[in-house]
Amino acid sequence: MPSNIDNLPIAWKKKSLPQKFCPGCGQAEALKILGYAIDELGIQNRTVYATDIGCSLLSWNMFDVDTIQTHHGRATPVAVGFKHARPDAVVIAFMGDGGGYAIGAQHLVNSCLRDDKITILLINNANYAMTGGQMAPTTLLGEKTTTSPDGRKIESGKPIHGPEMLKTIASEGAYLARCVSNDFEETLAYIKKALQNQIDGRGFSFVEILSMCPVNWKTDAQQSLNFIKEMEKIFPLGELKPKEKEC
Amino acid sequence: MTKELLTGNEVLTRGAIAAGAKLMTGYPITPTTEIMEHWAEAASQDKSLKMLQTEDEMSAGFALIGANLAGTKAFTASAGPGNVLMQDAFSMAEALRIPTVAFIMQRGGPSTGTVIYSQQEVNLTCLGGNGEGLRIVYSTSGLQDLYDYSLKAFNSAWKYRFPTFVLGDGYQAKMLSEVQIYDPREKNIETIDPTAYLLNPNKNPDEYINLRNTYNLEEELAEVLAGHRKAFQDISPEVVEYEDLHTLDAEVVIFAHGIVAAAAKEAQDFLRSKNLKVGLFRPITLSPFPVDSATQVLSHKKAVLFVESSQGQFARLVKGQLNFSCQLKVHELFEPAIGIDAQKIISKLEEILKEVQHA
Repeated sequence: MPSNIDNLPIAWKKKSLPQKFCPGCGQAEALKILGYAIDELGIQNRTVYATDIGCSLLSWNMFDVDTIQTHHGRATPVAVGFKHARPDAVVIAFMGDGGGYAIGAQHLVNSCLRDDKITILLINNANYAMTGGQMAPTTLLGEKTTTSPDGRKIESGKPIHGPEMLKTIASEGAYLARCVSNDFEETLAYIKKALQNQIDGRGFSFVEILSMCPVNWKTDAQQSLNFIKEMEKIFPLGELKPKEKEC
Repeated sequence: MTKELLTGNEVLTRGAIAAGAKLMTGYPITPTTEIMEHWAEAASQDKSLKMLQTEDEMSAGFALIGANLAGTKAFTASAGPGNVLMQDAFSMAEALRIPTVAFIMQRGGPSTGTVIYSQQEVNLTCLGGNGEGLRIVYSTSGLQDLYDYSLKAFNSAWKYRFPTFVLGDGYQAKMLSEVQIYDPREKNIETIDPTAYLLNPNKNPDEYINLRNTYNLEEELAEVLAGHRKAFQDISPEVVEYEDLHTLDAEVVIFAHGIVAAAAKEAQDFLRSKNLKVGLFRPITLSPFPVDSATQVLSHKKAVLFVESSQGQFARLVKGQLNFSCQLKVHELFEPAIGIDAQKIISKLEEILKEVQHA
């Protein structure tokens, strides 16, 4: 493992290190990959990063890009307002599964519907992690959380499939994908494509990133990898092509 | 400078345009919907104006913050339940001193209530959110006020960096009246230019701004809040505005704001014409409140009458900031969500005057 901080993304704020995520957290990995994506696209000076509440807020000073930490569920509308005011900016809204699929779901849906030229990155770790592992819309059936101690039952709904849901309403130029943060290459490729889609003004872009949460899953390294594999079966990885326009 | 026959909602739209606003975010709600419609109309003619019709008022409030962070003069308009939903955003604006501008035209509550008239959003507009109410709130008394204070709201917001509100009501929003429309330059009113918080073109390119409203330590937050509170106190003397009408010799002073103050003025004029000594104190800024002037007005007075279309929201706001002498008798005319005409105020004042003279 390289120990030299020069190997970290240029877009990471070195003086904020060490980063504040738990050991083994996949979100920190996703944010490192986002840093490399910003570096490779050369957009450090024109990017605005809006973060949600939840574990995502731990990234409020992680980047050497201009950033704003918003309220729970509201990273999307802040990003949308910024983009409307400054169409030349590259605007990223970063959130967890609560921020995107529960408390801020209406913003995600309507931003996709309006085809806002922003990039939304959403971490799916199958629970609400910051508050200590409660049931999320992404929690797997049977998965135990602090608010579903007997395992999630069907009465609480099936795990939400965000990109698949958005596919039904997205415009043709939208970019929708799902990846897993332990796959560095694919995650980097998808995030870069999502940002490029915005830069080219093609449309809304959204990447759901499956992410390990060993602390709340109460799993060791191998068990965490096993659980992520389980998640991949429920949440298929890959890019989704929006339907052609029907209007 | 021209006089035009306009509705209050048209006046507010014209005020925003004259102030140099470039973006409106919003979700339609009676009685403010027409502001959005007039703005949309204007934006279809002038491509420098943009409109973002959001999915709800939360989104409208937060998108407004996003636009402000980008250095764009922007605003929203709402009322009642919409104002409730926007408090989350205004709370963030308060925490980060973001110059949001909102036109709140009150409607009857609680809940969906009625769609036109009330003064029940005083608490919410001045003190809503999980903070201390560091906000600038202008309460208007008529359509000319709507124009003058919508212009001023943008200047105050961008100069002082506190969330700023024009607080009216459905009567004012829907009413048709002659209003003097002017370019601020004609009156030598300086227009404050907005500056970007993020991606500011003038910033050092090697420095990056990381804004937050979350803190790890109580002391960290306390220090930030003390700074905000001090800033608000420091600007208060130059922000406060009020009308003081014949309070000096008054035996009874009316305290009223907004359109109720217009009715109170009519009542006062009538009683003064009968040589009855009635004064009127009308705060224009409900926040910051003109504490010193109000204290001065009430010193050595024997009777004050609070008149408002709510169950005492305004009176509590005033009482919370002033020390009333024990000689001062406090009278109340509270009519929640109902319009108050001059006659009602006259009747109440006649009773009070009798009591005062009798004593």
